[in-house]
Amino acid sequence: MFLKDYIKDVFGAVKSLLIGMRRTGYYFTHHKEIITQQYPDNRDTLVLPERFRGEVVMPHDEKNEHRCTGCTACELACPNGTIKVITKFDITPEGKKKKAIDKLVYHLELCTMCNLCIEACPSDAIKMAQNFEHSVFDRSQLTKVLNKPGSKIMDGVE
Amino acid sequence: MWSLSDITNSIQNALNRAFNPTFATLTEMVIVGICVIGLFAVLGLILVIMERKVSAYMQVRLGPNRVGPKGMLQSLADTLKLLLKEGLTPDGADKFLFNLAPVIAMIAAMLLLAPIAFAKNFQIWDINIGVLFISAVSSISVISILMAGWASNNKYSLLGAMRSGAQIVSYELSAGLSVLSVVILVGSLKLSDIVQSQENGWWIFKGHIPMIISFVIFLVAVTAETNRAPFDLAEAESELTAGFHTEYSGMKFALFFLAEYVNVFIVCGVGATLFLGGWMPLHIGNWHGFNHVMDFIPSSIWFFGKTFFLIFVIMWFRWTFPRLRIDQLLNLEWKYLLPISMFNILLVTLMAIMGWHF
Amino acid sequence: MIEELATTQEGDLVINVGPQHPSTHGVLHLVITMNGETIKKVEPHLGYIHRSIEKMCESLSFRQFIYVTSRMDYLSSHINNHGCALCVEKGLQIEVPARAQVIRVLMDELTRIASHVLWWGALAMDVGALTPFFHAFREREAINDIMEETCGARLTMNYMAPGGVMFDIHPNFQKRVHAFIELFKSKIDEYDELVTDNVIFKARMQGIGMLSYEDAISYGCSGPTARGSGVKCDIRKLYPYEIYNKLQFEEIIETGCDSYARYLVRMKEMRQSLSIIEQLIDNIPEGEFLAKTKAVLKLPKGEFYSKVETARGEFGVYIVSEGGTTPYRIKFRSPGFSNLSALDHMARGQKIGDLVAMMGSLDLVIPDIDR
Repeated sequence: MFLKDYIKDVFGAVKSLLIGMRRTGYYFTHHKEIITQQYPDNRDTLVLPERFRGEVVMPHDEKNEHRCTGCTACELACPNGTIKVITKFDITPEGKKKKAIDKLVYHLELCTMCNLCIEACPSDAIKMAQNFEHSVFDRSQLTKVLNKPGSKIMDGVE
Repeated sequence: MWSLSDITNSIQNALNRAFNPTFATLTEMVIVGICVIGLFAVLGLILVIMERKVSAYMQVRLGPNRVGPKGMLQSLADTLKLLLKEGLTPDGADKFLFNLAPVIAMIAAMLLLAPIAFAKNFQIWDINIGVLFISAVSSISVISILMAGWASNNKYSLLGAMRSGAQIVSYELSAGLSVLSVVILVGSLKLSDIVQSQENGWWIFKGHIPMIISFVIFLVAVTAETNRAPFDLAEAESELTAGFHTEYSGMKFALFFLAEYVNVFIVCGVGATLFLGGWMPLHIGNWHGFNHVMDFIPSSIWFFGKTFFLIFVIMWFRWTFPRLRIDQLLNLEWKYLLPISMFNILLVTLMAIMGWHF
Repeated sequence: MIEELATTQEGDLVINVGPQHPSTHGVLHLVITMNGETIKKVEPHLGYIHRSIEKMCESLSFRQFIYVTSRMDYLSSHINNHGCALCVEKGLQIEVPARAQVIRVLMDELTRIASHVLWWGALAMDVGALTPFFHAFREREAINDIMEETCGARLTMNYMAPGGVMFDIHPNFQKRVHAFIELFKSKIDEYDELVTDNVIFKARMQGIGMLSYEDAISYGCSGPTARGSGVKCDIRKLYPYEIYNKLQFEEIIETGCDSYARYLVRMKEMRQSLSIIEQLIDNIPEGEFLAKTKAVLKLPKGEFYSKVETARGEFGVYIVSEGGTTPYRIKFRSPGFSNLSALDHMARGQKIGDLVAMMGSLDLVIPDIDR
């Protein structure tokens, strides 16, 4: 029956369209479904998970001491050449030469946050920070020195 | 009671007292022109922000909320931006036609405002062939789209314009036929007569199922005629980047944008006038108390309320449905809408002759 | 090669779609020869996002090169990493702990859902419905949050390490995945309401982009693209890796051969992935999450190949090792490249509007095609 199929076609089509409209109409009237996060405004309440990888930092304790021995494991693990470890030789009180870091240079602009350096570090000297707002006006500001000036290696970290 | 017609009458009386009749008419024309342009600007701003808010809520987001209270001044800021932008004319374009096209789009939209009754006794030009005027002038807009597409010297624009031509020409038919069903019942092409005939009930209620069918067909056809999704093949941003206005920027683009929204307003206004009683309040049979309460609401609010309801429905379509393909679009018109509306018009004629409507 | 042709000698219109075009989802460049609205020929031009990842990998160690593959098919980056890790483990003959295997599969399936959800929104946007895109991102966001909490990143997770996974799952992981399962079960029905059953959508997808069984095989299509043509090609079933052979799930086969069949395959795959997650989430065995490996990995001399089923199809990793710390040669078999090659065949004789829908149904990720 041609006419019957034709009418059935039209009704089926209209029905499917109305079902779709009911769905959008539901969201139009139910404003609590809105998922927008107003980002710069919610900065105070924005909590990132502790594993979030934003940038590499080197934690220092209150005596301005870090745990980096300058072994360059992170430098070797990095696929992009993001980390450069510049070492120097300290003279210990006993008069022996001891290898220590002069600077741990970190190029944020090269970093892909792959976490391989943190995995490689034998003394847990570096970790990932949750900071993700990295925009700066000058590229040179992205090259960072991770150890603080005048910092020393912690006692007991070999 | 305070009404828009009182204001217009007092202005006319004052002018006629002060000047000779010719000059008074000229002054009135200028005032009307300014009012129309002002209405355009305001409508554009309101409809753009309305569209953005409607789409935002349907898409579970907030929409513009930074400029002004709840973002209501966002479209004003956008207009300012568009005004300050450079209006590029591409190299190799037909410069005259390229710059003329947005103006024609605007003029066509402006002319359509003339016969619409915004409130009781408030109409720019109560022409006795109002419905015919509307369907005739509304098809001018296709010329501006074709002109823009051709003059841009861009293949996407050309494709968009050609689609639009095929689309508008075919959808004029079913839009015209569904309008005709009202004309058959009223027996007049004059918009004020049509509104007056709905004093005791709107045609969509008085005309049984045939009128509801022709109302639905009218809605679909005007959605297609104004190039709105799901019939936005002339723009089709995922296929033709922006269709006929790919090459337009700055204020020239804004004119197209504005013309689209004003066209939507006008077709919804016409739909409200023909099917939903225009400025007529909602009257139900013999409920005198209810009818009396309804009469207290100013007629302009009735008109704009109905129009904006229809605009909302058209926006609802846009933010729900996928776009049709060009051959499916023409199939829908020639295989479904046209036969149905032709059959429908027979039913309406039968109804009018036998007097079966209320 | 890419000269700007206005028309061909026969008078057909030549249009450049891309590299900047809203519906190519990236920098794909298609040169289309058309007669009116009808497509006569589609020529994809690649190379706009070529980063020579294969060559790059030759200078990276076996631990390091895994992260680069996240940048290929970024929507199923976890599964790409999985393929690489499997290949390295094959070479080193490392036994992956049971816990790590389950975590890997769980993450794979979550990634698959996230990728398919994004594809669903993008496809709906290609055919003109803009609202589903935002609804899709809402569910994808839930998966991304789970990933962020456990893996530390949202898109390019680099959670795989040779021998297991980089960290153990987060204590909240199981709770959050349960919440996600509940959320997604209701939302996927909304997807059907909004798009799948829509008459306009059906008209746009049914009967276009025909790719027959034979053509799907001869163009080397894989994944949902081939399964929409009735080809049995699910690597998880045919060459099960990790614990897939112990799981209850169906390989979705549709025989419609058109864009709608490919659409249905992906929609049903989402439900299958959800059921896999449901089977595993409460049965994560205790134990190590990372097998002990040497600090410096050296693959023995030889050739190693492993393949996984990404959201787009078969992803193969082929490593030639000379016994050193870096691979001598790496070749990736990316599903997108082969799937794209079928586009010309599918598009001939169709309308330009269909081309967009077809490209959407192929689920192209351009960095995966170009590498």
